[in-house]
Amino acid sequence: MANLNRSQTVYDSSERGFFALDELREVIRYRNLILQLTRRDIVARYKRSVLGIAWTMLNPLGMMLVLTVAFSQILRFDIPGYPAFVLSGLIAWNFFSQTTTAAMVNLVWGGALLRRIYIPRSAFALAAMGTGVVNVLLSLVPLLVIMLVVGRPIHLSLIFLPVPLLLLLMFSLGFGLIISTWAIYFPDVAEMYQIVLSAWMYLCPIIYTEEMLPAQLRYWLPLLNPMYGLIRLFRLPLYDGRFPTWPELWPSLLLSTAVLLIGWLVFCSKSDEFAYRT
Amino acid sequence: MNSPTALNPTVKAALPPDAAILLEDVSVRYRVPSERINTFKEYMIRWIQRKIAKNDFWALHHVSLEVRKGEVFGLVGRNGAGKSTLLKVIAKVLRPTGGRVRVVGHVVPLLELGAGFHPELTGRENIYLNGAMLGYTRAQMDEKFTRIVDFSELGEFIEAPVRTYSSGMYARLGFAIAVDDQPDILIVDEILGVGDESFQRKCAARIDEYRVQGATILLVSHNANLVQQMCQRAAWLDHGELRAIGKPDEVLDHYHRSQA
Repeated sequence: MANLNRSQTVYDSSERGFFALDELREVIRYRNLILQLTRRDIVARYKRSVLGIAWTMLNPLGMMLVLTVAFSQILRFDIPGYPAFVLSGLIAWNFFSQTTTAAMVNLVWGGALLRRIYIPRSAFALAAMGTGVVNVLLSLVPLLVIMLVVGRPIHLSLIFLPVPLLLLLMFSLGFGLIISTWAIYFPDVAEMYQIVLSAWMYLCPIIYTEEMLPAQLRYWLPLLNPMYGLIRLFRLPLYDGRFPTWPELWPSLLLSTAVLLIGWLVFCSKSDEFAYRT
Repeated sequence: MNSPTALNPTVKAALPPDAAILLEDVSVRYRVPSERINTFKEYMIRWIQRKIAKNDFWALHHVSLEVRKGEVFGLVGRNGAGKSTLLKVIAKVLRPTGGRVRVVGHVVPLLELGAGFHPELTGRENIYLNGAMLGYTRAQMDEKFTRIVDFSELGEFIEAPVRTYSSGMYARLGFAIAVDDQPDILIVDEILGVGDESFQRKCAARIDEYRVQGATILLVSHNANLVQQMCQRAAWLDHGELRAIGKPDEVLDHYHRSQA
């Protein structure tokens, strides 16, 4: 839009490349928008609260506290450093549940904007990912403190964390784009998704370890639930303090890439219709 | 449904050198379900029963139109005639169902001013956010910032959250962001109820300044006098179809006779 020799810029509605690449090109051109939307999400959320940005750290801490009391004190789970175990899994899970929900809700409720001005349709989902990454980085602070308190040393493996975070982001973005597309046509998908999420959480090794599962489930769950491997992978460099083995890494790598590709293609193939629908 | 040009990209008519906006056989179809189906469950039941009926609604029907560079072009028509849809097609918001739209140059649509303002953010923060939505980089916005604040006459309110603004202040900020740049094509909706009278004069002066500098202006209006005064040519849109195009007084004459 605003380049130097712009009098030559021609918008031609019949000139279409491959839709998925067109969208990618627009996203790169509008990268400042994605940054600004991320900023808006973070700033606006804390503008009117006293504790401000601290809530991002207090929120998972509170949930961890509840789960720790429930499962280690009442149900007597015997996992060493249980608070750190729960919190590390919870941070990964929260990233997924928050970013996918935000991608969908921002598109459905922010859809009015898409009918009024042109912006790349995927900007909302991408901004949701940006917000998610900031939240993860902030939540790491209380996690590292808790790890020291419960006696789980912090290892060098921490430097590997960007890899599982990236895979988690790719999966969340792909999945978020698919359900966003769906929610444009059927707004009640957004409501349904909250129920799905609360069930899905218990299918992930967040509050329990794999060893606690019955043998059959231990085989099937990682195959059927993509988040299973991703949460395990996210926890390895933190709670377990080691780098993953190749067999632990490649299934998640493959799956996240595939889901991102599918999500991007599905979303972009329908995105021209969004301005008609929302 | 598609026009031959859309189907066969090899038959590309060359763009006339003096064209700013060129619409060739443009159609926009909305598919309106004859009954409202809101839930996925309901949809699946209907789908299995093969009972999804849809009505086609053509917001634009085979519209061909050329707006030349440097021209002030008026668009008249009743509410629901397809004027907004036409503007959306030009502003890239809607991709036409059929036909071809070509636009040469930097388009500044003076519609939906302040769309996307966030109430909790300050005026300053919203300038950057809105600028990003219009496709500007951070550095470009740094350069534009002071001019925008000056033009909006918001003064120190620029640091206050937008939710505390009056509707006039809100519109002034939106307008100031939109018109900061010299556009090649300016799309003006007459409903520019921007602030008080003095600010409206300032807006009109700014638009006129751009016109003198050679910007193409597309003016949408109900006001016959305004169209007659300002426009070199005009078009009348009715039920999504182009009914007349030519000299403003002739087009308005047709339009008014149909209303009587």
